[in-house]
Amino acid sequence: MLAQLRNRLESGSAEEYLSILFEKAERSRLNGFTTLAKESALESAREFDRKPWGGLMAGVPIAIKECISTSGIETNCSSRILQGYVPPFDAHVIERLKAEGAIVMGKTNMDEFAMGSSTETSCFGPTHNPWDLDCVPGGSSGGSAAVVAGGEAPAALGSDTGGSVRCPASFCGIVGLKPTYGLVSRFGLIAYANSLEQIGPLTQSVEDTALLMEIIAGHDWRDSTSAEMDRWSYLADLDKGVSGLKIGIPKEYFGEGVNKDVERAVWEAISTLEGLGASWQEVSLPHTRYALAAYYVIAMSEASSNLARFDGLRYGLRVGEDKDWHTTFSEIRAQGFGPEVKRRILLGTYALSAGYYGRYYLKALKVRTLIKEDFLHAFKDVDIVAGPTMPIPAFRIGERINDPLSLYLADVFTVPINLAGVPAISVPCGFAGRLPIGLQLIGRHFDEATVLRAAHAFETATSFHDARPEVV
Amino acid sequence: METEEVIIGLEIHVQLNRLQSKMFCGCSTAYHDSEPNTHTCPVCLGLPGSLPVLNRKAVEYGIKVGLALNCRIEEETLFYRKNYYYPDLPKGFQISQYDFPLATKGHIMILGDDGLERNIRINRAHMEEDPGRLVHAGTIDKAKYTMVDYNRCGMPLLEVVTEPDLHSPKEARAFLDKLKSILEYLEVFDGSLEGSMRVDANISLRGGDRTEVKNISGFKGVEKALSYEITRQRNIRRRNMTVVQETRHFDEIRNITVSIRSKVGAHDYRYFPECDLAPIRIAAWVPAIKDALPELPDAKRERFVRQYLMKDDHAKSLTSDIKVANFYEAVAACAEPRLAAVWIADVLKGELNYRNLGIDAFKVDDMAQIINLLSSAAITEDGAVEIIRAILDKKGGSPQEIVKARGLGRAEEDVVQKAVLEAVAENASAVADYRAGSERALNFIVGAVMKKTRGKADPGEVHRLVKAEVERI
Ligand SMILES: [Zn+2]
Repeated sequence: MLAQLRNRLESGSAEEYLSILFEKAERSRLNGFTTLAKESALESAREFDRKPWGGLMAGVPIAIKECISTSGIETNCSSRILQGYVPPFDAHVIERLKAEGAIVMGKTNMDEFAMGSSTETSCFGPTHNPWDLDCVPGGSSGGSAAVVAGGEAPAALGSDTGGSVRCPASFCGIVGLKPTYGLVSRFGLIAYANSLEQIGPLTQSVEDTALLMEIIAGHDWRDSTSAEMDRWSYLADLDKGVSGLKIGIPKEYFGEGVNKDVERAVWEAISTLEGLGASWQEVSLPHTRYALAAYYVIAMSEASSNLARFDGLRYGLRVGEDKDWHTTFSEIRAQGFGPEVKRRILLGTYALSAGYYGRYYLKALKVRTLIKEDFLHAFKDVDIVAGPTMPIPAFRIGERINDPLSLYLADVFTVPINLAGVPAISVPCGFAGRLPIGLQLIGRHFDEATVLRAAHAFETATSFHDARPEVV
Repeated sequence: METEEVIIGLEIHVQLNRLQSKMFCGCSTAYHDSEPNTHTCPVCLGLPGSLPVLNRKAVEYGIKVGLALNCRIEEETLFYRKNYYYPDLPKGFQISQYDFPLATKGHIMILGDDGLERNIRINRAHMEEDPGRLVHAGTIDKAKYTMVDYNRCGMPLLEVVTEPDLHSPKEARAFLDKLKSILEYLEVFDGSLEGSMRVDANISLRGGDRTEVKNISGFKGVEKALSYEITRQRNIRRRNMTVVQETRHFDEIRNITVSIRSKVGAHDYRYFPECDLAPIRIAAWVPAIKDALPELPDAKRERFVRQYLMKDDHAKSLTSDIKVANFYEAVAACAEPRLAAVWIADVLKGELNYRNLGIDAFKVDDMAQIINLLSSAAITEDGAVEIIRAILDKKGGSPQEIVKARGLGRAEEDVVQKAVLEAVAENASAVADYRAGSERALNFIVGAVMKKTRGKADPGEVHRLVKAEVERI
């Protein structure tokens, strides 16, 4: 795990370790990395080997999703329109990681602008699931999940707008956390839907996620939605167990549309937690069935505005010289965006248009409030809520890409969490055939500690996370 | 032919340029003399991943203005995104306000065309960020390309929207003068900087559709644009045609307005809340800001009349510009206040205007000296005017030095008396004419006395002495 790796690197060679990772990544069939920052990362590693520095991630390499700004390293959201864009600044989370000694080893593939749950909409082509190369890794942080599961990076950061960390974590059999909205600064995260998304870790263990959260959580004045609260140690409480913990099982998260293997694995996981001293009871999240519709209206509306800045004038793709600005903007956007991005921009633009705003956007906001209230209500009786992360295991590449609606439906258990702003983790809890299944544990606002503690207890009692895919 | 009632409403974009930094980033607002694109950062350039951070001082300034315009201040205010594409708008949206703007339902008094004070209602005042600026290579029609300067981008703007309560270009001008005066009193605005106040004007004739003339800079420009629009709309009506509701542009060089062909549906800005900025509860800020509000033009004018016993006209003239008001009060503290009011309002301001100078071109001490010389009758009124002109034209030093150098000191009394006796003796025919009933004949003798005293005598005093002498003999 990261702590042990850190200790090993302190006495060993960070350069050697990093070189092995790069070699592996270069002959990888996963297509998880988009950019390998070989030069800068190896340079840092050599420096570290000469004179090791301290920090929670001292000398440890980390992979970063394409939508998180890295100073000096191209950041393009896996979109043609941003190819060649090198940010002049680091995202807050990158600053924090560097301050704790981490080395940014490269950028990972994603659905274009994080719009998708399969990493198939990337301009770099799809990323493959390390457990079955014909399957998707989930998305949109599919690259980050694949490289961690495939052993090409010890840890990664992703972003989660409607499940984009938890879905690929679930599909790739690793741990992924979506923090409470406002816990991690979004400064430097290229926005898809800014009222919903958070940056979160993708790791091989709950402990590693806790460690990364210690680093990236905390107030940042540059993000006005960043919560001002005391720093919290997520590692300190990790071993305290689940004895007495009350788990809520939402009846809406089981039944129709949920794969039988998934349902069975999740129930077994609940039994495991019960065996560890937790108790469970049924709870109701009655507005779950409206969540998808509300989520997509809000996310697409925000996206239509967030993506308006990509006009090729100041950075990114440049085509259509010597034409008036209107034509130039249009041509750049026509060529720069892929079909899914265009679809969401158009739908979002429509939803915000005069005459439709009240019918769609405002209504979606009302639903959002109701969903948040559902959770607040449930958390009166229970400490965490548990259910499947995804209703299905990873599907085959190409299987759903031409049926957007069926793709959207797969987000049914992840999007309510973003709408409510609460934290949720996905931990491996079984297999459907050889494809991993994820257990989702959802907590109260800013109660990552309890979520991580329960996830850690489960992980310690089981061995699903020890299983590794045999990719070459 | 009967002239139709003119209806005008204004939207005024005011740069809160007395703030140190921009609306949502730390960039300096002092960009006016800088190279293009040197006052920018990832936030005001809208780079991917950048986020706005509200300049709370800007909101404070906005509340200040809202209160001074007698507006209701919202308990909680929030920002919206106004979505449209334009090269000067790097995010593809402008952060502005929509529902729950900072301030609503206010009013200020102006002098109407009928000579009466009138209330002009303010619909709302809201905050937004300024876009960048397009710079054309050559003229707009002939330029091969256009450059964008983002220095202005993110400047804090306050948009003040009036109700359609104005009825002539002159009233519109009076409103703008009053607004500018208030903003400068509040120390939130410096009107001397280029592009600091830009106006959109809505104008119609009673019963007709309205046109909007966009982005007029300069108060004279507003008057000219509106006058042109009124003539244009009247002519259309006279030909029994109807005015088309549209947006027009004011061509400053040709002094006309021209139609901007607007695209179909181009005006759906798709306003929705800016989630990167939390709503701000401002109710709690208001009392402190209210307490700290300075005395505003109307109140100062009333006080001047009361305290210094000056005429209301003078008080109005002295209070329209805060700098003039402060100058006056400094002079009045060490010279006769009523005399100072007359001389500053009627003479000094005129001389300054004539030379296109501001009040800072004159020293308080100099003015106080001049007033003191006048009230002690050491100089004549003509002499005082000459001193003021000499100082403004930089021909001479202090008032005392000018008096000495030019011999402006009022003639000694016996010298005057002697001149009177001489003049009466030398102009027997004029004396005879006066006795025959011609008052004007006396003026001739007065003129002769003034000549003898080289203008240093006080004409009123000389008149009195001549009359007494003529009637005595
Ligand atoms: Zn800036």
